Amino acid sequence: MTEKHEPIWIARDLSRCSGCRKCEIACSLFHENRIWPEASRIRVFMLTPGVEFPHFCAQCEDYPCVDACPTNALSVSKETGAVLVDANTCIGCGKCIEACPGKIPHMHPKENRILICDLCGGDPQCVKVCQEGLWNVLRIVPREDYAYKLYARAPEEIARDLVVKIYGEEGKRLL
Amino acid sequence: MILGYAGKFLEVDLSTKNFRDVKFEDEVLMDYIGGRGLATKILWDRLGMKWETVDPLGPENLLLLLTGPLTGFFPGGRICVSGKSPQSNGVVGSTVAGEFGVELKCAGYDGIIVTGEAEKPVYLFIKDSDFEIKDATHIWGLDAKQTVAALTRECRDLLKTRYPQKGEWKEPSILYIGPAGENKVRTAVVAAKWAHAAGYGGYGAVMGAKRLKAIAVKGTGPLPEVADLEKVKALMQKVCNNAYESELWRRWGTGSAGYSVGAKSSSEPVRNWQEEWHDEKSFGVDQFENRVWIKQYWGDFGCPTTCLKVAVVKSGRFKGAITDNPDYELQAYVGTNLGLFTPEENVYLASIVDDLGLCGIQTGNVLGFAAELFQRGILTKEDLDGIDLKWGDAEAFAALTRKIAYRKGVGDILAEGTYRAAVKIGEMKGVDVMRYAVQVKGIGVGAHGIRSRKDYPEIYSYACSVQGGDHTSIACMPLGDSRSEHIRIFDDSGVICFFNVFGLPRGLVFDFYKAVTGVELTKDEWVNTKAMKAIQLQRAMLLLGGPDFKWNPEIHDDNPPRFYEPLPSGPYKGKTVEKSSVEEEKRKYYRLVGWDERGIPKSETLKKLGLEDVDEALEKLR
Repeated sequence: MTEKHEPIWIARDLSRCSGCRKCEIACSLFHENRIWPEASRIRVFMLTPGVEFPHFCAQCEDYPCVDACPTNALSVSKETGAVLVDANTCIGCGKCIEACPGKIPHMHPKENRILICDLCGGDPQCVKVCQEGLWNVLRIVPREDYAYKLYARAPEEIARDLVVKIYGEEGKRLL
Repeated sequence: MILGYAGKFLEVDLSTKNFRDVKFEDEVLMDYIGGRGLATKILWDRLGMKWETVDPLGPENLLLLLTGPLTGFFPGGRICVSGKSPQSNGVVGSTVAGEFGVELKCAGYDGIIVTGEAEKPVYLFIKDSDFEIKDATHIWGLDAKQTVAALTRECRDLLKTRYPQKGEWKEPSILYIGPAGENKVRTAVVAAKWAHAAGYGGYGAVMGAKRLKAIAVKGTGPLPEVADLEKVKALMQKVCNNAYESELWRRWGTGSAGYSVGAKSSSEPVRNWQEEWHDEKSFGVDQFENRVWIKQYWGDFGCPTTCLKVAVVKSGRFKGAITDNPDYELQAYVGTNLGLFTPEENVYLASIVDDLGLCGIQTGNVLGFAAELFQRGILTKEDLDGIDLKWGDAEAFAALTRKIAYRKGVGDILAEGTYRAAVKIGEMKGVDVMRYAVQVKGIGVGAHGIRSRKDYPEIYSYACSVQGGDHTSIACMPLGDSRSEHIRIFDDSGVICFFNVFGLPRGLVFDFYKAVTGVELTKDEWVNTKAMKAIQLQRAMLLLGGPDFKWNPEIHDDNPPRFYEPLPSGPYKGKTVEKSSVEEEKRKYYRLVGWDERGIPKSETLKKLGLEDVDEALEKLR
């Protein structure tokens, strides 16, 4: 019996991030069975201290990464809405990184294949640990007809916004 | 093979620009673990025989940045910084939080050993097994925030250019010094992020003396393999659950103590410890929380407690000051100890200390010392280069702090730290000012007094500690007491965060050690053999000392004179410490740790631990 999932999305409240990086630990333990921050599908960036935030797939409604893949290694999960990577077909060409408005996909540190959040098949481990710690940066919500693509932004762009939100005008000199 | 280690250490000689890998036998790692323990071993082996002549600020000294097997696994990432301390002339294991240790292990190294000194300012860049010494002329002189911003940009650009296929590069982790370290100020820190500091020991000055501005590391591998991953995961969860249950500790960290240690325990330094009591509700944690905290929870790798907060002064004279919210030690040392009792003043001064790369405890200690000399007319406004150093004047203290960091005018004397400044000012003025110096063996005493007996240190704790006034490493009986340095040296060697052990049975850290390394270790075995070995090495190097000062235990195994004065105020008014009681306790402690009547480790103690060469070296002290 397989569990049926409704497509989900991970809502994110970035300025609450404590920088504890438990999401990286949980993600890499789940997918790689190791604590391996650089192999985590969700990565916490800290372009300036105090402005830590998780950077991970936003599941754009038009999935530009999937379109850009020359080998059809990427597909969209009907159950969860996640982008799935077929490790055998992926040639590590990086076209999906270029296509992503947020430059979110990144290469596996040791293997020639791309890493993209797969929503852990509908039960994202990062959300669990974030909730458990009461940081509540990440929360699972049903996937609806929103402009999720707005959330696919490069780390520099996100940091530029957050640094001012967090530190005010002073923040601009911190990046 | 012992697990949990990356398996090698990177040694870099800044004089010759040579790199090499260093490996230690499993037996050595099993005995000394990592971090502080291993530092004592490395320092003794390499410098022990000439210890007294090694200038902590000379090229011969080593700068050690060491992880431990638990680094990255035990929640809350830390790394241990060590070397010959320019404060105590002994060895201090000074740990700092952040991802540096995790990145380093992911790059394949358990630690870095820095020797020699560079001709011109440099920084070290490490990406897995690629490493290089890079010019740092352009960042020399930058303050903490400028350094972090410039290096984060530069190193990410470097990674992107060299490895373009990878996607967006996450920033490397950076350890650095501020202007104070560059100027070899003995109260300078090795810093991470902002306000994350390896403070005790003064290793910022050691790094500055080597003209090493920073080390940036990016490791792309996994953390090393462990003996029992499922067990490690279960123990990680246990540590986290314990922390999650303590909401107030998570919420306030040590920040509630700025009020309560003064008002309730009466053991907080107030105006250079002339008092240890205050009832200033303006310094309540609620005032910090409601007025200056802009981030409630701020943590490092895997940390469930996130006791740090980010603070910004939003209005008034000090508007725009940004720092970590001062924890208890900084609330006390750049707050109450200087007669400052508002969050805004405290955050302002803490932000200056942090920006300049100074230790808030040691710098606050020497600032308080100078202010008391001013109060007593021993130092005049002229002596202080025109600064009217009145209690409670945040700007006056800020001005003097800058002078210390840049060694300008009177700052050059105070930059030597409280003990050395007291010696020098005493000579200049012909007055005994050591009675106002609240330090033990060159290290300003942490903000936990002993007169009220309501705080955790005992009356002999600082006097007998191998790290002097360091409040994170105190002498305690029995040696297995959770406060004792024989226990705490495990945290500094593991290398883990002590705050995440709060409320858990001590046995847990040894279970954790076994799950990671595969090596069985009991608390008793640790305390009586392994910790004992490292503590004896620390004691030996502390007593050998030099080149500028040496400690005579008969004189210097003692409290600061101030602690023998009765408390002048508060609920424990009149309470003091009797010297005869301290002497009595000291004798008991000496016997327990196997030191002779004069405090020198006995031959039989050292021989039993296999430290014959230490025994020989100490012969001249007996």
